Amino acid sequence: MNNDVIIHVRALRKIYRTGHVDVAALRGVDLDVPRGEFLSIVGPSGSGKSTLFHIIGGLTQPTEGEIRVAGHDLSAAGDSGRTELRRRYVSFVFQKFNLLPNLTARDNIRTALFIAGLPTQFDNAFHDTLDLLGIQGRLDHKPSEMSGGEQQRVALARALATKPTILLADEPTGNLDSRNSLAVLNLLRDLNARLGQTILMITHNAEAAAFGHRILHMSDGKIVDDAGIGL
Amino acid sequence: MILKLVWENVSFRPMRTLLSVLLIAFSVTSILTLVGMTHGFLDSSRKRNEGVGADILFRPKGSSVLSSMNGTPLSDKFVTQLAREPHVVATTGVADQLIGSTFDTISGIDQASFTRLSGPFVFLQGHGLEKPDDILLDRYYADQSHARLGQMIKVINHQWHVAGIVEPGKLAHLFVSVQTLDDLIGSPGKVTRIYIKLDDPRNTDLVIKQLSARYEGYPVYSMKDLESYYSVDSIPLLKYFTDTVLVTSVLFGFIVVALSMYMAVLQRTREIGILKSLGASKGFVIAIILAEAGALGVGGTLMGIILSFGTRWLLNTLTPASFPQAIVVEWWPIAGAIATGGALLGAIFPGALAVRQDPIEALAYE
Repeated sequence: MNNDVIIHVRALRKIYRTGHVDVAALRGVDLDVPRGEFLSIVGPSGSGKSTLFHIIGGLTQPTEGEIRVAGHDLSAAGDSGRTELRRRYVSFVFQKFNLLPNLTARDNIRTALFIAGLPTQFDNAFHDTLDLLGIQGRLDHKPSEMSGGEQQRVALARALATKPTILLADEPTGNLDSRNSLAVLNLLRDLNARLGQTILMITHNAEAAAFGHRILHMSDGKIVDDAGIGL
Repeated sequence: MILKLVWENVSFRPMRTLLSVLLIAFSVTSILTLVGMTHGFLDSSRKRNEGVGADILFRPKGSSVLSSMNGTPLSDKFVTQLAREPHVVATTGVADQLIGSTFDTISGIDQASFTRLSGPFVFLQGHGLEKPDDILLDRYYADQSHARLGQMIKVINHQWHVAGIVEPGKLAHLFVSVQTLDDLIGSPGKVTRIYIKLDDPRNTDLVIKQLSARYEGYPVYSMKDLESYYSVDSIPLLKYFTDTVLVTSVLFGFIVVALSMYMAVLQRTREIGILKSLGASKGFVIAIILAEAGALGVGGTLMGIILSFGTRWLLNTLTPASFPQAIVVEWWPIAGAIATGGALLGAIFPGALAVRQDPIEALAYE
């Protein structure tokens, strides 16, 4: 495996058992993602893209196959190993933002820092990130007091605060209007370009997918097309 | 940060928090009220026994100090016999009879000998026992039963004429002629116990020694020593009752807290999923849940203590004679430990469910 490959996946399979029926969500996926890549994954509902995303992020275990993420062998990792991956190497941005509703934006970010075992005070570099995201003035507001676009930018700030090796974004623009969508996508591209942040983004939207260096098309649990764009 | 998260969790849903605290407080208040009632009852009994002003108590053969609040197994001939003993200046026999489903009793007294030993009643209204069917009520019982001077009241299936209302502090809350009471219960010439007053309280030990030798098998107690017997442990029935209700309260508190925490965890499924997606360990999630349960336990304890003052006011206003309630400070930490322990135990099961929850399912929870 190349040292610059941050995600290495071979013959990955995931089968969900629902009652007495086995449903194959992934049917043998091979994928390499180099460090610093902005990868878009597209595909219809049920194509397996979310399952792949969840396995890469350590939220669930694969049934079969080989997977290494940021040097961690997730094929054999238990719950604590996957928790460690999420705590230190991977951050998520979700379509539904998933901010803790009872905490302010500042405390949402501080909680992520605390869980990661990092100082909960923001350093200068992070203040620059907050400026870039345009949420400095919204830090003391709770999610219910913010617009969808602001919430997604807070979620992005929370994801970046722990300086993750990989940022996983699941439909990050799915709940935003076109103006806010464009702002978030530009931010992701900017972060990737300026900081070399590795980003995997799931999207239904072809325009959004075009912001990535590469677009993977998934269907029926497999990668059916792998198109490089900007690289 | 954990404290911050716990505080934000409990303050974010104030109604749920308030309900949980109230449910825990209910359990604490029940424990403190029950314990307070037992202590109040014993304290009131001790004071009323002391209020007689005797030095020695003479009990029937085979009886324990507080074993019988009922019945008349002792011949009243002992009253005159004991009066002739050295250093004895006054004796009086008292017959007790339970009057209902509570621990309330009626005291049958010989008014003349009782007054000689104990001094006169302090009359708020009316006069002493003049006719066989006269009854004296203390202020607590009169207030509780809304009885008025001159009224006829029915006690142990007999109509009595309220002849006087007196200050509380001696024997039971109701007093009638011992002869009438004995006739009613079919035990003429009998009493439950005999009080003895000495020329000098310093002779108490000497007289007890003499009486114990002369009246073998009859328990004789100094009134001072009797104080130590007024504890829950001395009365098996009261102890059984107290233990039963305490265990029920603890179980109830545990179930209430467990349900409350189960609902709390269920409501926060998505938030737990978020924490897990951020890399929170099982220990971190369960620490938050337990810390929240502990905080609710402490809050419930404080509120329960405050509410126990309310139940004391209520009981002492409505039933000052039957159910006086004391505030027993020594039981605050015990009730607190029971409630908080129950809260923590109650949180363990939903907490264990929460940490085992699949983060993807938790994040999808609406």
